[in-house]
Amino acid sequence: MKQDSDIFLALLMNFALCSLMAVGGANSVVPEMHRQAVDVHLWISDRKFSELFAIAQAAPGPNVVFVTLLGHYIAGVPGALVTTFAMCAPTCTIAYLVARVFDRFKDATWRIVIQAGLVPVTIGLIAASALIVARAADRDAATFLITIASFALAYWTRITPLAALAAAAGLGLIGII
Amino acid sequence: MPEPAAPVPPPPIPHPPFPPGRHVPTPRELFLGFAKIAVCGFGGVLAWSRRVIVQERGWMSPEEFNEQLALCQVLPGPNIVNFSVMFGSRAAGLPGSLAALFGLLGPPVILMILAGILYRRYGELPELRGVLSGLAAAAAGLLIATSLQMIRAMVKNRLTAGHIVAVVTFGAAGILRMPLLWVMAVVIPISIAFAWWERR
Repeated sequence: MKQDSDIFLALLMNFALCSLMAVGGANSVVPEMHRQAVDVHLWISDRKFSELFAIAQAAPGPNVVFVTLLGHYIAGVPGALVTTFAMCAPTCTIAYLVARVFDRFKDATWRIVIQAGLVPVTIGLIAASALIVARAADRDAATFLITIASFALAYWTRITPLAALAAAAGLGLIGII
Repeated sequence: MPEPAAPVPPPPIPHPPFPPGRHVPTPRELFLGFAKIAVCGFGGVLAWSRRVIVQERGWMSPEEFNEQLALCQVLPGPNIVNFSVMFGSRAAGLPGSLAALFGLLGPPVILMILAGILYRRYGELPELRGVLSGLAAAAAGLLIATSLQMIRAMVKNRLTAGHIVAVVTFGAAGILRMPLLWVMAVVIPISIAFAWWERR
Protein backbone atom coordinates (compact mmCIF):
# COMPACT_ATOMS: atom_id res chain seq x y z
CA MET A 1 0.00 0.00 0.00
CA LYS A 2 2.92 2.30 0.68
CA GLN A 3 3.95 2.06 -2.94
CA ASP A 4 0.42 2.99 -4.01
CA SER A 5 0.23 6.11 -1.95
CA ASP A 6 3.71 7.03 -3.14
CA ILE A 7 2.66 6.98 -6.75
CA PHE A 8 -0.47 9.02 -6.08
CA LEU A 9 1.52 11.59 -4.18
CA ALA A 10 4.04 11.77 -7.01
CA LEU A 11 1.25 12.19 -9.56
CA LEU A 12 -0.41 14.86 -7.46
CA MET A 13 2.77 16.89 -7.01
CA ASN A 14 3.88 16.54 -10.61
CA PHE A 15 0.63 17.50 -12.24
CA ALA A 16 -0.14 20.28 -9.78
CA LEU A 17 3.21 21.80 -10.72
CA CYS A 18 2.40 21.31 -14.41
CA SER A 19 -0.91 23.06 -13.86
CA LEU A 20 0.86 26.15 -12.57
CA MET A 21 3.39 26.09 -15.40
CA ALA A 22 0.83 25.67 -18.17
CA VAL A 23 1.11 29.09 -19.78
CA GLY A 24 -1.24 29.46 -22.70
CA GLY A 25 -2.95 26.11 -22.16
CA ALA A 26 -2.46 22.46 -21.27
CA ASN A 27 -0.40 21.52 -24.33
CA SER A 28 2.43 23.76 -23.15
CA VAL A 29 3.36 21.30 -20.44
CA VAL A 30 3.45 18.20 -22.64
CA PRO A 31 7.30 18.37 -22.67
CA GLU A 32 7.40 18.40 -18.88
CA MET A 33 4.81 15.62 -18.54
CA HIS A 34 6.80 13.56 -21.02
CA ARG A 35 10.05 14.21 -19.16
CA GLN A 36 8.51 13.19 -15.85
CA ALA A 37 6.41 10.24 -16.98
CA VAL A 38 8.79 8.74 -19.57
CA ASP A 39 12.32 9.78 -18.55
CA VAL A 40 12.28 10.38 -14.79
CA HIS A 41 9.65 8.00 -13.38
CA LEU A 42 9.50 5.42 -16.20
CA TRP A 43 5.72 5.30 -15.79
CA ILE A 44 5.07 4.85 -19.51
CA SER A 45 6.97 4.28 -22.75
CA ASP A 46 7.66 6.97 -25.30
CA ARG A 47 5.44 5.30 -27.91
CA LYS A 48 2.49 4.85 -25.56
CA PHE A 49 2.76 8.45 -24.41
CA SER A 50 2.35 9.61 -28.01
CA GLU A 51 -0.55 7.21 -28.60
CA LEU A 52 -2.43 8.38 -25.53
CA PHE A 53 -1.83 11.97 -26.57
CA ALA A 54 -3.35 11.18 -29.96
CA ILE A 55 -6.40 9.46 -28.46
CA ALA A 56 -7.04 12.52 -26.30
CA GLN A 57 -6.75 14.77 -29.34
CA ALA A 58 -9.20 12.65 -31.29
CA ALA A 59 -11.79 12.70 -28.50
CA PRO A 60 -14.12 15.61 -27.78
CA GLY A 61 -13.44 17.90 -24.86
CA PRO A 62 -10.67 20.22 -23.73
CA ASN A 63 -7.04 19.20 -24.37
CA VAL A 64 -6.42 18.93 -20.67
CA VAL A 65 -8.17 15.55 -20.43
CA PHE A 66 -5.01 14.02 -21.86
CA VAL A 67 -3.84 14.00 -18.24
CA THR A 68 -6.91 11.90 -17.34
CA LEU A 69 -5.88 9.28 -19.88
CA LEU A 70 -2.25 9.42 -18.80
CA GLY A 71 -3.21 9.13 -15.13
CA HIS A 72 -5.42 6.18 -15.95
CA TYR A 73 -2.62 4.39 -17.73
CA ILE A 74 -0.22 5.00 -14.85
CA ALA A 75 -2.48 4.21 -11.88
CA GLY A 76 -5.99 3.21 -12.98
CA VAL A 77 -9.17 5.14 -12.23
CA PRO A 78 -7.80 6.67 -9.00
CA GLY A 79 -4.76 7.79 -10.98
CA ALA A 80 -6.99 9.39 -13.60
CA LEU A 81 -8.90 11.30 -10.96
CA VAL A 82 -5.72 12.38 -9.16
CA THR A 83 -4.02 13.73 -12.28
CA THR A 84 -7.18 15.50 -13.45
CA PHE A 85 -7.70 17.06 -10.03
CA ALA A 86 -4.04 18.06 -9.73
CA MET A 87 -4.01 19.59 -13.19
CA CYS A 88 -7.15 21.66 -12.63
CA ALA A 89 -7.47 22.48 -8.92
CA PRO A 90 -4.59 24.96 -8.50
CA THR A 91 -5.43 27.11 -11.48
CA CYS A 92 -9.20 26.82 -11.01
CA THR A 93 -8.77 28.12 -7.48
CA ILE A 94 -6.81 31.08 -8.80
CA ALA A 95 -9.39 31.67 -11.54
CA TYR A 96 -12.19 31.58 -8.99
CA LEU A 97 -10.46 33.99 -6.63
CA VAL A 98 -9.69 36.55 -9.31
CA ALA A 99 -12.92 36.14 -11.31
CA ARG A 100 -14.68 39.10 -9.78
CA VAL A 101 -11.83 41.56 -9.80
CA PHE A 102 -10.12 40.56 -13.02
CA ASP A 103 -12.16 42.84 -15.24
CA ARG A 104 -10.54 45.82 -13.61
CA PHE A 105 -7.20 44.75 -15.04
CA LYS A 106 -8.52 44.49 -18.56
CA ASP A 107 -6.63 47.58 -19.67
CA ALA A 108 -3.88 47.50 -17.04
CA THR A 109 -0.42 47.83 -18.53
CA TRP A 110 1.03 45.04 -16.42
CA ARG A 111 -1.60 42.61 -17.67
CA ILE A 112 -0.95 43.47 -21.29
CA VAL A 113 2.81 43.25 -20.77
CA ILE A 114 2.64 39.91 -18.96
CA GLN A 115 0.39 38.52 -21.64
CA ALA A 116 2.70 39.73 -24.39
CA GLY A 117 5.66 38.23 -22.56
CA LEU A 118 3.99 34.84 -22.21
CA VAL A 119 3.19 34.47 -25.90
CA PRO A 120 6.73 33.61 -27.12
CA VAL A 121 7.18 31.20 -24.20
CA THR A 122 3.93 29.45 -25.12
CA ILE A 123 5.03 29.22 -28.74
CA GLY A 124 8.37 27.70 -27.77
CA LEU A 125 6.64 25.16 -25.54
CA ILE A 126 4.02 24.13 -28.10
CA ALA A 127 6.78 23.66 -30.66
CA ALA A 128 8.68 21.55 -28.12
CA SER A 129 5.52 19.47 -27.56
CA ALA A 130 5.23 18.95 -31.29
CA LEU A 131 8.84 17.81 -31.53
CA ILE A 132 8.45 15.38 -28.64
CA VAL A 133 5.24 13.83 -29.92
CA ALA A 134 6.62 13.62 -33.47
CA ARG A 135 9.83 11.98 -32.34
CA ALA A 136 7.86 9.36 -30.43
CA ALA A 137 5.30 8.77 -33.19
CA ASP A 138 7.42 8.80 -36.33
CA ARG A 139 9.23 5.51 -36.29
CA ASP A 140 9.34 4.77 -40.03
CA ALA A 141 8.71 6.29 -43.45
CA ALA A 142 4.96 5.65 -43.34
CA THR A 143 4.35 7.39 -40.02
CA PHE A 144 6.65 10.22 -41.04
CA LEU A 145 4.60 10.77 -44.18
CA ILE A 146 1.37 10.71 -42.16
CA THR A 147 2.74 13.44 -39.92
CA ILE A 148 3.63 15.58 -42.92
CA ALA A 149 0.26 15.01 -44.58
CA SER A 150 -1.66 15.83 -41.41
CA PHE A 151 0.46 18.95 -40.90
CA ALA A 152 -0.22 20.06 -44.47
CA LEU A 153 -3.96 19.50 -44.11
CA ALA A 154 -4.18 21.44 -40.87
CA TYR A 155 -1.88 24.23 -41.99
CA TRP A 156 -2.98 24.90 -45.53
CA THR A 157 -6.62 23.83 -45.68
CA ARG A 158 -9.73 24.55 -43.69
CA ILE A 159 -10.69 20.88 -43.47
CA THR A 160 -11.32 19.78 -39.90
CA PRO A 161 -8.20 18.31 -38.25
CA LEU A 162 -10.36 15.33 -37.33
CA ALA A 163 -10.17 14.29 -40.99
CA ALA A 164 -6.41 13.79 -40.62
CA LEU A 165 -6.85 11.68 -37.51
CA ALA A 166 -9.62 9.62 -39.11
CA ALA A 167 -7.70 9.07 -42.34
CA ALA A 168 -4.55 8.04 -40.46
CA ALA A 169 -6.52 5.62 -38.29
CA GLY A 170 -8.15 4.21 -41.43
CA LEU A 171 -4.79 3.69 -43.13
CA GLY A 172 -3.61 1.92 -40.00
CA LEU A 173 -6.69 -0.28 -39.93
CA ILE A 174 -6.20 -1.55 -43.47
CA GLY A 175 -2.59 -2.31 -42.67
CA ILE A 176 -0.75 0.38 -44.60
CA ILE A 177 1.03 1.64 -41.50
CA MET B 1 -36.40 32.06 -23.13
CA PRO B 2 -36.61 28.62 -21.47
CA GLU B 3 -38.07 28.55 -17.96
CA PRO B 4 -35.59 27.28 -15.34
CA ALA B 5 -36.79 23.95 -13.93
CA ALA B 6 -36.21 24.91 -10.31
CA PRO B 7 -36.78 28.51 -9.29
CA VAL B 8 -33.32 29.02 -7.79
CA PRO B 9 -32.83 32.74 -7.23
CA PRO B 10 -29.60 33.97 -8.80
CA PRO B 11 -27.08 35.53 -6.41
CA PRO B 12 -27.65 39.20 -5.68
CA ILE B 13 -24.77 40.66 -7.68
CA PRO B 14 -24.69 39.91 -11.40
CA HIS B 15 -21.21 40.85 -12.56
CA PRO B 16 -19.91 42.69 -15.58
CA PRO B 17 -20.78 40.26 -18.35
CA PHE B 18 -24.41 40.57 -17.34
CA PRO B 19 -25.79 44.00 -18.09
CA PRO B 20 -29.32 44.67 -16.87
CA GLY B 21 -31.88 42.75 -18.83
CA ARG B 22 -29.64 39.93 -19.95
CA HIS B 23 -30.48 36.45 -18.77
CA VAL B 24 -28.09 35.26 -16.03
CA PRO B 25 -27.56 31.50 -16.37
CA THR B 26 -28.37 29.30 -13.39
CA PRO B 27 -25.96 26.56 -12.26
CA ARG B 28 -28.09 24.01 -14.06
CA GLU B 29 -27.94 25.95 -17.32
CA LEU B 30 -24.20 26.43 -16.85
CA PHE B 31 -23.69 22.72 -16.37
CA LEU B 32 -25.67 21.85 -19.47
CA GLY B 33 -24.09 24.59 -21.59
CA PHE B 34 -20.52 23.64 -20.74
CA ALA B 35 -21.30 19.94 -21.07
CA LYS B 36 -22.50 20.65 -24.58
CA ILE B 37 -19.27 22.51 -25.34
CA ALA B 38 -17.26 19.55 -24.07
CA VAL B 39 -19.24 16.90 -25.94
CA CYS B 40 -19.38 18.78 -29.25
CA GLY B 41 -15.87 20.19 -29.07
CA PHE B 42 -13.95 17.79 -31.23
CA GLY B 43 -10.51 19.04 -32.13
CA GLY B 44 -10.48 21.97 -29.72
CA VAL B 45 -13.28 23.38 -27.65
CA LEU B 46 -12.68 27.04 -28.36
CA ALA B 47 -14.88 27.27 -31.44
CA TRP B 48 -17.71 25.49 -29.69
CA SER B 49 -17.48 27.58 -26.55
CA ARG B 50 -17.89 30.70 -28.62
CA ARG B 51 -20.78 29.16 -30.48
CA VAL B 52 -22.66 28.01 -27.39
CA ILE B 53 -21.92 30.95 -25.10
CA VAL B 54 -22.24 33.77 -27.61
CA GLN B 55 -24.51 32.58 -30.39
CA GLU B 56 -26.79 29.96 -28.93
CA ARG B 57 -27.33 31.09 -25.35
CA GLY B 58 -26.46 34.76 -25.67
CA TRP B 59 -24.65 34.74 -22.34
CA MET B 60 -21.95 37.08 -23.65
CA SER B 61 -21.39 39.41 -26.56
CA PRO B 62 -18.55 38.47 -28.96
CA GLU B 63 -16.42 41.30 -27.53
CA GLU B 64 -17.00 40.19 -23.94
CA PHE B 65 -16.10 36.65 -24.90
CA ASN B 66 -12.81 37.73 -26.47
CA GLU B 67 -11.93 39.92 -23.51
CA GLN B 68 -12.67 37.21 -21.00
CA LEU B 69 -10.63 34.71 -22.99
CA ALA B 70 -7.70 37.12 -23.17
CA LEU B 71 -7.86 37.51 -19.40
CA CYS B 72 -7.84 33.73 -18.98
CA GLN B 73 -4.72 33.48 -21.09
CA VAL B 74 -2.77 35.41 -18.48
CA LEU B 75 -3.60 32.78 -15.89
CA PRO B 76 -1.73 29.49 -15.95
CA GLY B 77 -3.61 26.29 -16.66
CA PRO B 78 -6.06 25.09 -19.27
CA ASN B 79 -7.64 28.26 -20.70
CA ILE B 80 -11.14 27.02 -21.26
CA VAL B 81 -11.23 25.41 -17.82
CA ASN B 82 -10.28 28.73 -16.25
CA PHE B 83 -12.87 30.37 -18.46
CA SER B 84 -15.62 28.06 -17.19
CA VAL B 85 -14.70 28.75 -13.56
CA MET B 86 -14.60 32.51 -14.01
CA PHE B 87 -17.76 32.67 -16.05
CA GLY B 88 -19.62 30.36 -13.68
CA SER B 89 -18.53 32.43 -10.71
CA ARG B 90 -19.78 35.66 -12.24
CA ALA B 91 -23.11 34.15 -13.10
CA ALA B 92 -23.88 32.20 -9.96
CA GLY B 93 -21.00 32.25 -7.50
CA LEU B 94 -19.34 29.08 -6.29
CA PRO B 95 -22.21 26.78 -7.36
CA GLY B 96 -21.99 28.35 -10.80
CA SER B 97 -18.24 27.75 -11.02
CA LEU B 98 -18.57 24.15 -9.96
CA ALA B 99 -21.50 23.54 -12.30
CA ALA B 100 -19.63 24.96 -15.30
CA LEU B 101 -16.43 23.11 -14.39
CA PHE B 102 -18.14 19.76 -13.92
CA GLY B 103 -20.12 20.23 -17.09
CA LEU B 104 -16.96 20.91 -19.05
CA LEU B 105 -14.84 18.15 -17.52
CA GLY B 106 -17.35 15.47 -16.49
CA PRO B 107 -18.25 13.97 -19.87
CA PRO B 108 -14.71 13.98 -21.34
CA VAL B 109 -13.19 12.61 -18.13
CA ILE B 110 -15.62 9.69 -18.16
CA LEU B 111 -14.90 9.16 -21.84
CA MET B 112 -11.15 9.21 -21.26
CA ILE B 113 -11.43 6.68 -18.44
CA LEU B 114 -13.37 4.38 -20.77
CA ALA B 115 -10.77 4.93 -23.49
CA GLY B 116 -8.04 4.20 -20.96
CA ILE B 117 -9.67 0.92 -19.98
CA LEU B 118 -9.92 -0.10 -23.63
CA TYR B 119 -6.34 0.99 -24.31
CA ARG B 120 -4.95 -1.02 -21.43
CA ARG B 121 -6.94 -4.06 -22.50
CA TYR B 122 -6.61 -3.94 -26.28
CA GLY B 123 -3.87 -1.40 -27.01
CA GLU B 124 -1.29 -4.05 -27.88
CA LEU B 125 -3.51 -6.10 -30.19
CA PRO B 126 -1.78 -6.46 -33.55
CA GLU B 127 -4.94 -5.28 -35.34
CA LEU B 128 -4.82 -1.98 -33.46
CA ARG B 129 -1.11 -1.28 -33.71
CA GLY B 130 -1.42 0.40 -37.08
CA VAL B 131 -4.44 2.47 -36.05
CA LEU B 132 -2.70 3.80 -32.95
CA SER B 133 0.57 4.49 -34.78
CA GLY B 134 -1.37 6.32 -37.46
CA LEU B 135 -3.30 8.37 -34.92
CA ALA B 136 -0.11 9.32 -33.07
CA ALA B 137 1.64 10.36 -36.29
CA ALA B 138 -1.35 12.45 -37.38
CA ALA B 139 -1.65 14.10 -33.95
CA ALA B 140 2.03 15.06 -34.20
CA GLY B 141 1.35 16.73 -37.55
CA LEU B 142 -1.56 18.69 -36.08
CA LEU B 143 0.61 19.93 -33.24
CA ILE B 144 3.31 21.03 -35.68
CA ALA B 145 0.65 22.94 -37.62
CA THR B 146 -0.57 24.62 -34.43
CA SER B 147 2.93 25.74 -33.52
CA LEU B 148 3.65 27.07 -36.99
CA GLN B 149 0.35 28.96 -37.00
CA MET B 150 1.32 30.55 -33.70
CA ILE B 151 4.76 31.40 -35.03
CA ARG B 152 3.24 32.92 -38.15
CA ALA B 153 0.96 35.07 -36.00
CA MET B 154 3.99 36.34 -34.11
CA VAL B 155 6.33 36.89 -37.06
CA LYS B 156 5.54 40.40 -38.16
CA ASN B 157 8.33 41.41 -40.47
CA ARG B 158 11.22 41.97 -38.16
CA LEU B 159 13.08 39.96 -35.59
CA THR B 160 12.00 40.75 -32.05
CA ALA B 161 13.18 39.59 -28.65
CA GLY B 162 10.10 37.37 -28.64
CA HIS B 163 11.53 35.24 -31.43
CA ILE B 164 14.70 34.64 -29.47
CA VAL B 165 12.68 33.76 -26.36
CA ALA B 166 10.58 31.28 -28.36
CA VAL B 167 13.67 29.61 -29.82
CA VAL B 168 15.45 29.40 -26.46
CA THR B 169 12.34 27.96 -24.80
CA PHE B 170 11.98 25.43 -27.58
CA GLY B 171 15.61 24.38 -27.35
CA ALA B 172 15.65 24.11 -23.57
CA ALA B 173 12.36 22.21 -23.21
CA GLY B 174 12.24 20.29 -26.49
CA ILE B 175 15.85 19.46 -27.33
CA LEU B 176 17.82 19.69 -24.10
CA ARG B 177 14.82 18.36 -22.11
CA MET B 178 15.59 20.57 -19.15
CA PRO B 179 13.15 20.65 -16.22
CA LEU B 180 10.45 23.11 -17.17
CA LEU B 181 10.48 24.88 -13.82
CA TRP B 182 14.10 25.99 -14.36
CA VAL B 183 13.43 26.98 -17.93
CA MET B 184 10.45 29.09 -16.98
CA ALA B 185 12.16 30.66 -13.98
CA VAL B 186 14.72 32.09 -16.41
CA VAL B 187 12.74 32.64 -19.57
CA ILE B 188 9.52 34.20 -18.28
CA PRO B 189 11.02 37.16 -16.39
CA ILE B 190 13.29 37.91 -19.35
CA SER B 191 10.43 37.66 -21.81
CA ILE B 192 8.19 39.92 -19.74
CA ALA B 193 11.04 42.40 -19.36
CA PHE B 194 11.47 42.43 -23.15
CA ALA B 195 7.74 42.89 -23.65
CA TRP B 196 7.78 45.79 -21.22
CA TRP B 197 10.77 47.31 -22.96
CA GLU B 198 9.18 47.02 -26.40
CA ARG B 199 5.98 48.58 -25.20
CA ARG B 200 7.58 51.71 -23.85
